[in-house]
Amino acid sequence: MVATVQANTLDTGRAAPRERRSWTGWRFVGPFMAVFAVVFLAPIAYAIYLSFFRTQLVGGTAFVGLDNYVKALTDPLLWASVGRVALFLVVQVPIMLFLALLVALAIDSGRLYGTSFFRISVFLPYAVPAVVATLMWGFMYGSQFGLVGSINDALGWSLPDPLSPGLVLASIGNIVTWEFVGYNMLILYSALRVVSPSLYEAAEMDGASQLRIVWSIKLPALRGALVIATIFSIIGSFQLFNEPSILQVLAPNSITTSYTPNLYAFSLSFAGQQFNYSATVAIVMGVITMIVAYVVQLRGMRKGA
Amino acid sequence: MKVTRRGTVLVGAALSLSLLASACGSSGGDSGGGGATTASAGDVQAALDAGGTLTVWAWEPTLKQVVADFQTKYPKVKVNLVNAGTGKDQYTALQNAIKAGSGVPDVAQVEYFALPQFALSKSVTDLTAFGADKLEGTFTPGPWNSVHSGSGIYGLPMDSGPMALFYNKEVFDKYGIDVPATWDDYVAAAKKLHEADPKAYIANDTGDAGFATSLIWQAGGKPYQVNGTDVTVNFGDAGTQKFASTWQQLISGKLLAPITSWSDAWYKGLGDGTIATLVIGAWMPANFETGVAAGKGKWRVAPMPQWESGGKATAENGGSSLVIPEAGSSKALAYAFLKFADVDEGVKIRLDGGAFPATTAELNSPEFKDKKFPYFGDQQVNQVLAESAGEVVPGWSYLPYQVYANSIFNDTVGKAYTGAATLAEGLKAWQDASVKYGQEQGFTVK
Amino acid sequence: MTATTPAPSRRTSRPLVVRAKPLRNRRSVTLTVLTALMLIYTLLPLAWLVINATKTQAGLLGSFGLWFDGEFALFDNIGRTFTYGDGIFTRWLLNTLLYVVVGAGGATLLATIAGYGLAKFDFPGKKAVFAIVIGAVAVPPTALAVPTFLMFSDVGLTDTPWAIIIPSLITPFGLYLMWTYAADAIPDEILESARVDGAREFQTFFRISLPLLAPGIVTVLLFAVVATWNNYFLPLIMLKDPAWYPLTLGLKQWNAQAATSGGEAIFNLVITGSLITIIPLIVAFLLLQRYWQSGLAAGSVKE
Repeated sequence: MVATVQANTLDTGRAAPRERRSWTGWRFVGPFMAVFAVVFLAPIAYAIYLSFFRTQLVGGTAFVGLDNYVKALTDPLLWASVGRVALFLVVQVPIMLFLALLVALAIDSGRLYGTSFFRISVFLPYAVPAVVATLMWGFMYGSQFGLVGSINDALGWSLPDPLSPGLVLASIGNIVTWEFVGYNMLILYSALRVVSPSLYEAAEMDGASQLRIVWSIKLPALRGALVIATIFSIIGSFQLFNEPSILQVLAPNSITTSYTPNLYAFSLSFAGQQFNYSATVAIVMGVITMIVAYVVQLRGMRKGA
Repeated sequence: MKVTRRGTVLVGAALSLSLLASACGSSGGDSGGGGATTASAGDVQAALDAGGTLTVWAWEPTLKQVVADFQTKYPKVKVNLVNAGTGKDQYTALQNAIKAGSGVPDVAQVEYFALPQFALSKSVTDLTAFGADKLEGTFTPGPWNSVHSGSGIYGLPMDSGPMALFYNKEVFDKYGIDVPATWDDYVAAAKKLHEADPKAYIANDTGDAGFATSLIWQAGGKPYQVNGTDVTVNFGDAGTQKFASTWQQLISGKLLAPITSWSDAWYKGLGDGTIATLVIGAWMPANFETGVAAGKGKWRVAPMPQWESGGKATAENGGSSLVIPEAGSSKALAYAFLKFADVDEGVKIRLDGGAFPATTAELNSPEFKDKKFPYFGDQQVNQVLAESAGEVVPGWSYLPYQVYANSIFNDTVGKAYTGAATLAEGLKAWQDASVKYGQEQGFTVK
Repeated sequence: MTATTPAPSRRTSRPLVVRAKPLRNRRSVTLTVLTALMLIYTLLPLAWLVINATKTQAGLLGSFGLWFDGEFALFDNIGRTFTYGDGIFTRWLLNTLLYVVVGAGGATLLATIAGYGLAKFDFPGKKAVFAIVIGAVAVPPTALAVPTFLMFSDVGLTDTPWAIIIPSLITPFGLYLMWTYAADAIPDEILESARVDGAREFQTFFRISLPLLAPGIVTVLLFAVVATWNNYFLPLIMLKDPAWYPLTLGLKQWNAQAATSGGEAIFNLVITGSLITIIPLIVAFLLLQRYWQSGLAAGSVKE
């Protein structure tokens, strides 16, 4: 997204020297930036400040320089959690986006009965708070009395426990996919709506098949939207918190307190009183997220160019 | 009394910190001790006369009535009872408020296992200044020891959780199982039951720090030794071994239902015979009545299974105290509330609400002991529970960072419950992680 | 760069023309059935929620999850949800509305004005504004949680509605949407002529630009409302007094209540409360669908 916006900046800057450079714009941007400074910049600055100190239950606070960063870079728990969300990212994000793409193309094709019903229904889960979504799926995942248990009883199957250590990541992936597939579908769908009808008309005149139209016109048109959706999903994956944190109650042995980087940072500060190290972990994760998002952005755009 | 949605925290009580200096003996009563007094008992009455506002953080439901009656008796005092979260959530909020130096309540509910953490950092008030030391003998030894730290008294016990065996008599009768007197009997019963009905289990357990430490406690293990900031963590002692080898049999035999305590499935399992027993603190009856309506008439209470045949050892599980944060604004008034809730009228009010007392007078009163519980087939449940309160193994202590240690129980010991490690290996991993954290926090840990 | 979000995209300077349907408008049963599989996936959990909201606490534990229990207790559950604990649920609902109206409303206002400013003015530090805003999005909220909490504590804002509202006022994503939208939705010529007429910038904004931005504003508002309504992490840290809880936190507390000694297990109320929580949002989506449709249609025009 970084580059996206920069590209846009340039674009806008070039296309619109609407007025001579003046401070007038700040009167519009100022209020936003003032609040932004309070709720984003100040806490980030404070977190960076905190990351240079260490507070102990016994011994108080001391300046430790970069010790916390050294510790973070060599912390096996942190890197295990980064590996976990990376795995999540390379499996769940493509599946979710692929599903979103299929539905967006199906709805956009105009060949569905009840188009608008589909569009709103697939989007509905986005309106469900993560807390409610996870509670709901958690009930259903129950292998004793939940839906999984009921199915096993009724059909004599033995579906494995979705909350066992081997499957819980997939189960979380399912919840996240459920919550966001409609949202991503909408992003892609609105990008498709921008494609000029004249292109389709021309293609149909030439006798191109629907698949051919999808491949040659629609997919290229979606590239930018896909990159944006991917980047938002990457950021979301790295910040995975609500779903594992609520499922943890049901699967304490499968979801450790360092299951995702965000959960780790949370446990460190709130259960472990290690505010300084927690701030360090969060900053490290912020930097990693930005780098990954930036790389994806660059690659995605280069291919498109 | 407690227990949180996370099985882990359902923890045991009584963290006899007085055993800090275990040499001093854990009579728990060595009161007072030094310290300049900043307040006196006289101030308490003066504060009540003057009136004011108190903010109380607690999740214990029976306190609602206590607050109402307190305000009726002292109309000049206004009490805001706030449920700031259960267990761990509330400690987090409390710790944050203390760290931030604002929004600190005047009174807070703190479980026994968590109290040392607040006492060590002196973020809760030593109540000897208000004459709390004179309450020696008012409370049963377990909880009373638990509120001591060094020479100070940092809270007044609100309730206690001496453990007992709750069992589903209907299931036991159906399969001809005798009430187990020892843990070996318990393992045998587990096998017999599960063979007779593959859908039934002797118990559920997915790893619960409070339960595990309570059983180690009962077995005579003393994995935590605390002397000020010198801490020892050792899960290699005989008591711990006893627990680990016995419980390992249940885990390896797949004799434990993979249901996490306090989940909806757990409540269902307790009601429909899937979970046949529950070894837990004496505060459980109230939860049975509200949460497991389907089990009415089926459940009974028996003494805790023993490690030695013919033994009489129990442990505490859960239980909490009321404390006065050091940063609170009206301490004398806060102490008046503590005394009302934990020593005077409040005890009776809370008993009527289904709580289990920490006070000797109530535990020994015929009215309490002879009460029949229709839920338990008119059994006089309190007879068993009160007896358990008197048989708690002395000498146990928790870590001064037990809240954190418990929070990582499932990260480490949890592997044993999924079969990825043995219980002994899991406990070793927990020990290592606890030692590491202690060292990082500046403790001298061995 | 294509339009990247549900926000109506950029080329909107022309009058609204809805895209022609594909030439051969054949509807396909096969495609409909295949897409319906997706529909089952998205709606099944919601069906589960509706079905189980009709059960009593006992029925909930004792019956098959995807079918109704003998006793239809929906209305009883709804009644109890609103009366349980002295009607605290109503309080949570009102709190949530407060956070949404002030927080999401304010966020939309700020994002709209700032997005417009970024799109239509050149000013010193403009590029820095972008770099900073966008970079900040990647920082995990947990990184900000503790510092924000400590800062708010210092000024006595924790445990007040402001602790939820103030952070909700910022939506970098909304800013981005409004900026791309405003860049194309408002022709420069109109602004120029307004300036020639001597109108002040804010007058121009409110009289001329704002109406043109309406579809974009609705979209940003909708996403801001969802974000605020579903907010969980921030209140979890900032609020201790249940009297200020939003619905999400309140439901979680009810769910946790079963794990308190002496606490009553009320999973049926948690489920019914969850259903009541999502209904207003779903209704908003359905009602505002028309606006999106016009927004989307407006965005779909391309030369």
